[in-house]
Amino acid sequence: MEPKIGVYICHCGSNIAGTVDVEQVTEFAKGLNGVAIASNYKYMCSDPGQLMIKEDIERLGLNRVVVASCSPQMHELTFRRVCEDAGLNRYLFQMANIREHCSWITEDPRKATEKAKALVSAAVRRVFYQEPLEIKEVPVNSNTLIVGGGIAGIQAALEIADSAHKVYLVEREPSIGGHMIQLDKTFPTLDCSACILTPKMAVAGSHPYIELMSYSEVEEVSGYVGNFKVKIRKKARYIDEEKCTGCGACRELCPISVSNEFDLGMGKRKAIYIPFAQAVPNKAVIDSQNCTHLQKLKEGKDVCRLCQKGIEKKGVLGCEAGAIDFGQVDKFVEVEVGNVIVATGYDTFDPSLIYQYGYGRLDNVITGLEFERMINASGPTEGKVLLKDGSELKSVGIIHCVGSRDMKYHEYCSRVCCMYSMKFGQLVREHVPGVEVYEFYIDIRSFGKGFEEFYNRMLQEGTIFIRGRPGEVTNVAETPEEKGKLIVQCEDTLIGRQRRIPVDMVILSTALEPRSDAEQVARVFSLSRSPDGFFLERHPKLDPVATMTDGVFVVGCCQGPKDIPDTVAQASAAAARALAIISKGKMEIEAATAMIDEEVCSGCKTCNSLCPYSAISFDEEKKVSQINEALCKGCGVCAAACPSGAITSKHFTTQQIMAEIEGILI
Amino acid sequence: MRYYAYFPGCSAEATASALGLSTQAVAKALDIELIELEDWNCCGSTPYSGIDEVEATCIAARDLALAEKTGLDLVSPCNNCYITLNKADSFLKEYPQLKERVGEALAAANLKYEGGVRVRHLVEVLFNDITPGVIASRVKRSLDGLKVAPYYGCQLTRPGFGFDDPEFPKSLDSLIESLGAEAVPFALKARCCGGAFIISEEDMALELIRKLLDNALENGAQCMITPCPLCQTNLDVYQGKVNSKFKTKFNLPILFPSQLMGVAFGLAPRSLGLGKNAVSPNKVLASYL
Amino acid sequence: MSEVKTKPRSFITEVASLPGGVKIRDCIQCGTCTGSCPVAQQMDYSPRKVIAMVRADMRDEVLSSSSMWHCLSCYLCTVRCPKDIKPTEIFHALECIAIREGFKVKETNTPAMYRSFTDSIKANGRVHELGFMFKYYLRTWRTLLANPSAALKMLPLALNLLTLGRMPLMPKKVKGRKELKIILEKAKAGGGA
Repeated sequence: MEPKIGVYICHCGSNIAGTVDVEQVTEFAKGLNGVAIASNYKYMCSDPGQLMIKEDIERLGLNRVVVASCSPQMHELTFRRVCEDAGLNRYLFQMANIREHCSWITEDPRKATEKAKALVSAAVRRVFYQEPLEIKEVPVNSNTLIVGGGIAGIQAALEIADSAHKVYLVEREPSIGGHMIQLDKTFPTLDCSACILTPKMAVAGSHPYIELMSYSEVEEVSGYVGNFKVKIRKKARYIDEEKCTGCGACRELCPISVSNEFDLGMGKRKAIYIPFAQAVPNKAVIDSQNCTHLQKLKEGKDVCRLCQKGIEKKGVLGCEAGAIDFGQVDKFVEVEVGNVIVATGYDTFDPSLIYQYGYGRLDNVITGLEFERMINASGPTEGKVLLKDGSELKSVGIIHCVGSRDMKYHEYCSRVCCMYSMKFGQLVREHVPGVEVYEFYIDIRSFGKGFEEFYNRMLQEGTIFIRGRPGEVTNVAETPEEKGKLIVQCEDTLIGRQRRIPVDMVILSTALEPRSDAEQVARVFSLSRSPDGFFLERHPKLDPVATMTDGVFVVGCCQGPKDIPDTVAQASAAAARALAIISKGKMEIEAATAMIDEEVCSGCKTCNSLCPYSAISFDEEKKVSQINEALCKGCGVCAAACPSGAITSKHFTTQQIMAEIEGILI
Repeated sequence: MRYYAYFPGCSAEATASALGLSTQAVAKALDIELIELEDWNCCGSTPYSGIDEVEATCIAARDLALAEKTGLDLVSPCNNCYITLNKADSFLKEYPQLKERVGEALAAANLKYEGGVRVRHLVEVLFNDITPGVIASRVKRSLDGLKVAPYYGCQLTRPGFGFDDPEFPKSLDSLIESLGAEAVPFALKARCCGGAFIISEEDMALELIRKLLDNALENGAQCMITPCPLCQTNLDVYQGKVNSKFKTKFNLPILFPSQLMGVAFGLAPRSLGLGKNAVSPNKVLASYL
Repeated sequence: MSEVKTKPRSFITEVASLPGGVKIRDCIQCGTCTGSCPVAQQMDYSPRKVIAMVRADMRDEVLSSSSMWHCLSCYLCTVRCPKDIKPTEIFHALECIAIREGFKVKETNTPAMYRSFTDSIKANGRVHELGFMFKYYLRTWRTLLANPSAALKMLPLALNLLTLGRMPLMPKKVKGRKELKIILEKAKAGGGA
């Protein structure tokens, strides 16, 4: 059928029309081959603009549409929808970018107009050869995989599960709860962290639609949105979860005491342990690295097993539920899901890298998270703020921005430290009456709801704020008052003088950083990372939970440092997005994919290994390669590489591209 | 035999003549040949960089140009020469306009510097090229039982040209241990002695010197070593002034690392300039000499 | 204190274009430099404040201050600055401008010391301690007059150095002195960096 092209030049207010002579371009377009109508309008993306196109299609029987306006990233979807509403296949539409590629970057209006004409000519020539493509749909699996059982993962899991759709919640630690369960009180309300989190944890552990896989890790993900196949390793706990009652008798018997990672090494746990009091699932787990029996088993010896056997002589029984199973091995499970939500959280910066702050070298210099455990009633000191030698705490210095806002470590600001630092000040005052609290800061970032009010309260209650990032923390005393103390040397920049503040304890407000294995995790889930190392969102402003991979979302601190309210909001957002896909039940897949002509294919398999999305497979019977349309992203590598010319890039055919090039060269 | 172009620095022939002497003596014992750079001029040091940066870079560049001709690494035992020459080299690489100016100035004297010289500190050469293990093997009189405070000064590791740590260096500690002695840890081991300010801001510098001596002694030092000639002069020659100003009773011998090494190698005390120390080390080193 | 000019930022542009000064605009005034400086108490304006004054275009105040002349070049500020700024090099650059433009600093004799040092280099190619000290005392005769006992107290020190063989009476002259002179003249002809 003869192409009948409609060309629409957008003014975009003054964004385009301010530089490009849109009337001239319209006149020019009218003279192009195949153009039935050319118009211009202030805002093509607006309702009247869209209506214009629709009416012209119906009235004039247009079968091709070109809109010369902004970037396809902005409105290609909008205009494709307009065409479809009017009964035209979306692939019979082409956009010319005369804004980002023309009016916004060209100063000379004459040059800009000429360029706009060339771009329009290219689009018109190309659209001439465009073909309608069939939009295929694939069914969507209604299960969701959530990786990470911190507050982000838990929140997302609850939201999706409450809609009666199944969630696999995979958590690598023996219990869910993440970092939030390690905290004492949360700012600005000073709610007890465990009190607000444990109810959610309990539901997550027992919800009919949530399958909690704790002490498990995702090994492999394959497939595409709506149809992911996930391989999960369920690590051996050496405990039969069905039988374990969480009574804790086993840990009383265990003779091995090791550093407790939940308490950041400030306390001990046994080799067989329950991570913490409110653990979900409340089941024991054996740390095989430190369990004498499991270690000696490698040499063929059978020792200890006190947790299992008990102590007969004393009449103390071992595990009464018979839940201990030293023969357990890692198990592999495969599940199918339609969406994946990555909520793997953060690590904290190791301040021993900053030698001059004395961490790991001077006594009583601790990190923020260590302080949280110390001040927590269920922590290693039962909530008492203690100095190493047990003496009384009279003063504490809290240093902000440790590892953050520092070109040597992390350029970014970790967002939550100002608030948690001030919170620490308040908590120390509550636990140690009369204590002096110093906050050493560069800026106070109290941006959220109730945050500035909290800052005001801290000022009123007597926290001493000194604006100055300390040069060092030292124990070399220069005066008698400094003897035996930690001295924070800084400039009080607001008075312009160097000060040495003797304190008993220094708390370093350390940066939040990406998990140490973020690179590997990114590979498993096809995630990109931003320069700061956190997972990359699709758009920093308009799409903060989606990623460039459809069906994979990132939420919480793995995407960037943030506090609990923002994490919960993101988790709910991702849940909503997943549910949108689930509720539709089917997914449209991009039709501009590559296609192999099996008659021409010589079976050389060159394309197979080149495909970055593993979308090409080889059919051994037919001896030809085949493309999975759902996985194919239309990148064109295979089409370019095929020595037989058997592969066509739909919607990017040689004819179309050559026409576009010819059109540009007016 | 290892060959290096040698840049003694002005002090090595004057206030730090013991450094010059002991460096050559120890080099010989370690099969190192330090070939003095022909007709070298003063690197400019800190003062010139505060008078005119172009001139300062030019005179340092003359030394670099001369060194380039030898094709060898340029080694200096002096902290300040080490950073001044390295700084000139980096500035020439980073600032093309400056490079042009300096190039023109050098050309006026028929000199040229392409940018290929590696400027190294003697301590770094001892640590990386010779290594503590080899040094230990040359020890004839182990300094067992001697408590030595390693004083690095500021500029050996700051601003830093790839050697050791700017806050907590360990190279001198290793060297001391390789001689059988005990390296005394003290917090101020890489802090400033005041440098040239002993002349124009004496009180300011004396206070800094006192803090260093105090900190070293507090941690049990019987003597101190320092590679920097200016630091050595400040800590050694001005120790008396510190005592009279602050009513202290410091009597801590301050040696150059090469002097200590020479003692451990069994070299003649005269060849190490041990008689040039204002605070005599004879008593402390008696059992090792 | 003279008024802060409202015409923006010509001094900071000047300093940013000098060797070592390139990152001065990145300063967030955190104060780490001053917090690390062993002699911050002796400076009239702290290192951080000097940078703030450069930003505020207070050229005269900065160049006539004694702050940079107290800098030990210990480089603690430089290795700790979270923005990779080099305050030590910025101070050197400010000193050079001050010298070139003839700013007089009353509170310290360090400029005189630096000048005497470089004079000795220009004369001999190397620093001759005795000559350099002599020139320094000549330059700082006012201080000597104000406090003659201080200078006298230096005599035993000098004698000590002499007897220890650590202070040669005659300068050692570099053969290429003329070469050096040509180089320095060419360098000076071009003005500042």
